[in-house]
Parts: sequence; structure tokens; C-alpha cells
Amino acid sequence: MSDQGVDRSKRQFLTTALTVVGAVGTGYIAVPFLSQMQPSTKAKAAGAPVEIDISKMETGQLIRAAWRGKPVWVLNRTPEVLEILATETDKLADPNSLESNQPESSNNEFRSIKPEIFIAVGLCTHLGCSPTFRPEIAPNDLGEDWKGGFFCPCHGSGFDLAGRVFRGVPAPTNLDVPPHHYLSETRILIGDESGADA
Amino acid sequence: MKTHLENCGNWFLDRFPLTKLWNDHMAQYYAPKNFNFWYFFGSLALLVLVNQFVTGILLTMNYKPDAGLAFDSVEYIMREVPWGWLVRYMHSTGASAFFLVVYLHMFRGLIYGSFKQPRELIWIFGMLLFVALMAEAFMGYLLPWGQMSYWGAQVIISLFSAIPVIGDDLSLWVRGDYVISDATLNRFFAFHVIAIPIILLMLVFLHIVALHEVGSNNPDGIEIKASKDPWGHPVDGIPFHPYYTVKDIVGVSVFIFFFATVLFYMPEMGGYFLEHANFIPADPLATPEHIAPVWYFTPFYAILRAIPDKFAGVIAMGGAIVVLFLLPWLDRSPVKSIRYRGGIYKKALLMFVISFLGLGYLGMQAPTAGATIMARIFTAMYFGFFLLMPIYTRWEKTKPVPKQLTEQPTIEDRIPGWKATFCEMVKEVPIEKDGTTVMRKRPDTSGIINVLMRTAKNLKASLD
Repeated sequence: MSDQGVDRSKRQFLTTALTVVGAVGTGYIAVPFLSQMQPSTKAKAAGAPVEIDISKMETGQLIRAAWRGKPVWVLNRTPEVLEILATETDKLADPNSLESNQPESSNNEFRSIKPEIFIAVGLCTHLGCSPTFRPEIAPNDLGEDWKGGFFCPCHGSGFDLAGRVFRGVPAPTNLDVPPHHYLSETRILIGDESGADA
Repeated sequence: MKTHLENCGNWFLDRFPLTKLWNDHMAQYYAPKNFNFWYFFGSLALLVLVNQFVTGILLTMNYKPDAGLAFDSVEYIMREVPWGWLVRYMHSTGASAFFLVVYLHMFRGLIYGSFKQPRELIWIFGMLLFVALMAEAFMGYLLPWGQMSYWGAQVIISLFSAIPVIGDDLSLWVRGDYVISDATLNRFFAFHVIAIPIILLMLVFLHIVALHEVGSNNPDGIEIKASKDPWGHPVDGIPFHPYYTVKDIVGVSVFIFFFATVLFYMPEMGGYFLEHANFIPADPLATPEHIAPVWYFTPFYAILRAIPDKFAGVIAMGGAIVVLFLLPWLDRSPVKSIRYRGGIYKKALLMFVISFLGLGYLGMQAPTAGATIMARIFTAMYFGFFLLMPIYTRWEKTKPVPKQLTEQPTIEDRIPGWKATFCEMVKEVPIEKDGTTVMRKRPDTSGIINVLMRTAKNLKASLD
């Protein structure tokens, strides 16, 4: 022990310096620990495009496919449906899809490349439930004003048959349209927009 | 002459403060002498925690945290592991029992002001326990990998994506994949069996250490440490052991009676403890027609659904839990126990209970327009109870608080009163039987009306 007393400023400096070095070290080790919870390379690679054949689809029919583990819908819409979609826009939150996600090729009135064939990711933009397909007009449980669409059983969000969300429901945006393009008249590639001119 | 055993014991006690710990926390820990049945739920929560640990450890011996194997491994436990069904049902019933006990434990705090100064930290640790318990239950519910497991987790993790800017990356990080998948299941298993249980244990320790520092509150809301006898013990206190250890054994017996009834006769509780849709393996392409969380989450889920905006809904749901943390500072009344508080708090608390139960019911129902309106009214009531509290507790006209604990009439004391009430509600009427006339007791309408009126009047008076 020395008899010179305590050099408080030196002690304070050493304490601060050690704290800073320790904090930096903790920060460095936190990066790999937290990053290892990110999607693995395998999970990232699993997002390959999916091909769908629509040659056997009937008018009014909905088929489901899986892309990146998510449900993707392909809906063959009738002319009556298209007429409703063109006129019944006053109850929609985002009728022109300005706030919503869709590839440029589907950024139009019917939110599709071909007006009758509608393709969307079948997950509600609210909390990710898969809405049910309710094409009937004015069913008992959904009320007089229902003109056909998708209804989410989880939190009551409603979408029309172009995936456009109604006002006053929890879902913030229209259903996402995945990037896709036509390989031929009846074959669609989901997950890749590159051949949008086909 | 000391025996070897005594020597051995002394060797141990010289090196570990077992006697001191035992005395400080059991044999010489003084608790108020007037605990009523509301004070069973703390020790019952500890009992259920032990149940969850023991059965949980046994379940991990046969469960497979793999999206391809999880569902079948749970069915394997149920059908082929010896007594596996019992262990699994004890764990699943225990989860619901845990929340029931904890909700009653928290309500006890609300009626007797156990969250108020100087017990704010006990309340905060308790609330952190509640949050950890919700995380534990939520992650555990994914493990059976049924339809409700899958879509419930999908909905709750999507809540994170509502946070602006970082939301999407955050939910991706939590899931470890673009959708709920094997990666999510595996990490939820890790959290459920290791990370959160350790946090729960630490919080239980902190909760009890903080409690034993300031001492228990009681139904009169008086600090028993304020009046002590010549030996320094609280006049109104009795040692926790043997008095409350023995009393808690009675509570535990009653609890186990109800627990076993559910466990053996209705382990799924008609779909409230284990939902029907969860007996179907997870299908990422189809949401069940009607999806609802397990009953203990439904009040908060109903608040989420009531708000017609994604981000605001998430904020409201989170806020419903955050306001509970703030309770010690929202309540401005100088009086702790509901026995001496003004009528305004009693009425507000009644409204709160109605709104909480109402939200809990609505959270299980399909989201119709009428149900949404009701959920909005209840949500307003729920938040009104907390956010208006600084105002209405200041207006409160409190009653004088006694200096020492009061004696409540025992059941024995009350029996003559009940007898008199019964006699008032019946009258003797002559009845012809086998040719002779006998007197028989029959209901007396005017007497019943009198009793009902008096009860209603007493109920109304008790709210003032």
C-alpha cells in the first residue's frame, strides 16, 4: 500500500475505459449471436419460382399453390365479377392500389396481367391469416352489401375479388400480388417477373 | 455426547446459513394474521410452476422439435408412451390453471391495493412474470404443430411487422424464415424449455425477495410492522411457518381437487384449453375457419381486433399490458384496501371486471359487426379504468382505516344469520297425507321477495 492517497481521477479514468472496452466487446459478440437467428442460407435459397398450369381452370374457379411456403391463389374471374370490380369502388380503402404491393405489370384496374386471371398471395396484409374465398353475393353472415370477395376469419378484414381491401377493417393494404409472368397462354411462373412482356 | 449425525449437521451449518434462511423466510417471517382465501393464489402459482417444470422435463424426453415430426411425436406421447397422456394433460391443463391462478392473484392485488407503496417493485416483478408467462405459453402452444399452433403463431409474429421501419425485418428475425417453419419451431422449443423458464425462475426469486423485504399486504391494507410487541414482532403478525404453510396445504388440497377433475374428465375443456383445430396437423395453405387464441389471451386479442388499424391495434394491445405496470402510480388514493375505499373505486373496478370478462368472451367469438362494437365499448372501459384513475381516485371519499387488523365474522358466527334468512323464506303449511294433516315447509313468496330486496339493498350499499 502506498501512502500517497487515492488518485480518484485516475481510478475514474480506468473504470470508464474498462467499461467502454467491455461494452465494445459485448457489442461485437452480440452481432453473431443475434445474426444466427436470421434466415439460414438454405431458407433463403428455398424461394425458387413455381410454375402453375391454368389450362384446366373453369370460370369462377380458385386454385391454390405454394410459393416460398405461402399460399398463392389463381382465380379465374367471370365477366360479371369484372363489371362489379369496375363499378363498386366507393367502399374500398385503396381502389387504385397506390399504397399496395404489386408488380408493375399488374398495377392496373383489375390488378392482373390478364383481366380475368387474378393472382395474389393468399395472406391477409393485417396479421397473415389466409382469408376464405367468398364469391357469393350477399350471403347471410357477411351482409347485404357483400358483392363477392375474400373474408379473413381471424380479424374480419374483407377484400374484393381484385384483392382490394375495404375501408374500416384492420388490414392496411390490398392483398399482395406476387411477381409473375406468363410462360405461355396457360402456364404462369410465380416468383419471377423478368419475362413480363410474354 | 454428540452423535455423528449432529456433528455432520453442525459441519454443514457452520458453512451454510440454512438456519438463518429458514428463520428469515419461514419460521420467523411474520405475515398478517387475517389472510383470506385470496391469499392462496401466490403459493398455488408456485405449485403450478413446479408442475409445469416436472411435466415439461418429462415431455421433452419424447417430443421432437421438428416440423416433420412434432405433431406425430405429441400423438406418440398421448398414445404409446406409458402414462404419457397424463403427463401431457397435466402440462396443458397446468398452463390454463397457471393463468387462472395468476389472474386471481393479480385481482387480489387490485382489491386490496397490494401494488401500492411500498410494494411497487413487487408489482413490477409480478407484471414481468406475467409477460414472461405469456411468452412461455405462446411459444409452448406452437410446439404441438397443429393448425391453431401454426396460425396463432403466424398472427402473433405478424404483430411485430406492424412496427414502422424495422417491423418486417424484426418479424423475419423472430421467425428465422419467410413464413412459420421448422426454423421457427426449433427456436421456440429452445425458448420454451430453456430461456424463458430461467427468466421465470429469476423473476420468482426477485418477486419473493422483494415481498419478504417489505412484508405482505393484507385484506385490511394496514402495515402490520407499524405496531410491534416488546419482542419486536408485529402484533398482528403470525410466523409463516407453521401457520400459513399448514393453511396453504388446505388451499392446495382444494386446488388439486379441481385440477384433477379437469385433468381426468375434461382435459380439453370443450376446446378452451386445447382447441379442436389443433388436432389437425399444421397446414400453411389453409387458415382454420374460426381462429381464436387460447382463453387466457382472448381479452388482449379482442382489444387488438377492436381497433380498425393495424399499427394502432398492436399499440392498443401492448398498451393494455403497459398500463398494468403503471398501476402503482396511477392510483392516488391514500387507502389501500377496498374495505375502506370510496364507492367510486368499487364501481370502477366492477366496470373493469365486466370489461375484462366481456373482452375475454368476445375474443373467442367470430368478428361480427355487433361483436366489434361491443369490443370497442369494453376496450374503452378497460383503458378508462386505468387512465382515468389519477382523477377519480382523488375524488374518492375514503372511510377511516383502523390502526389494527379487524376481525371478520367466521362461518360459525354467520350460521345463525343464514338460518334466520332461510326461515324467512319458507312457511309451514298444512298438507293432507294419508288422512292426517301434517305441517310441511314450503317456499314463501313474500319472504323471498323481502330477502331479495334486502340483499339488493346491501349489495348497493356495499358499492358506496
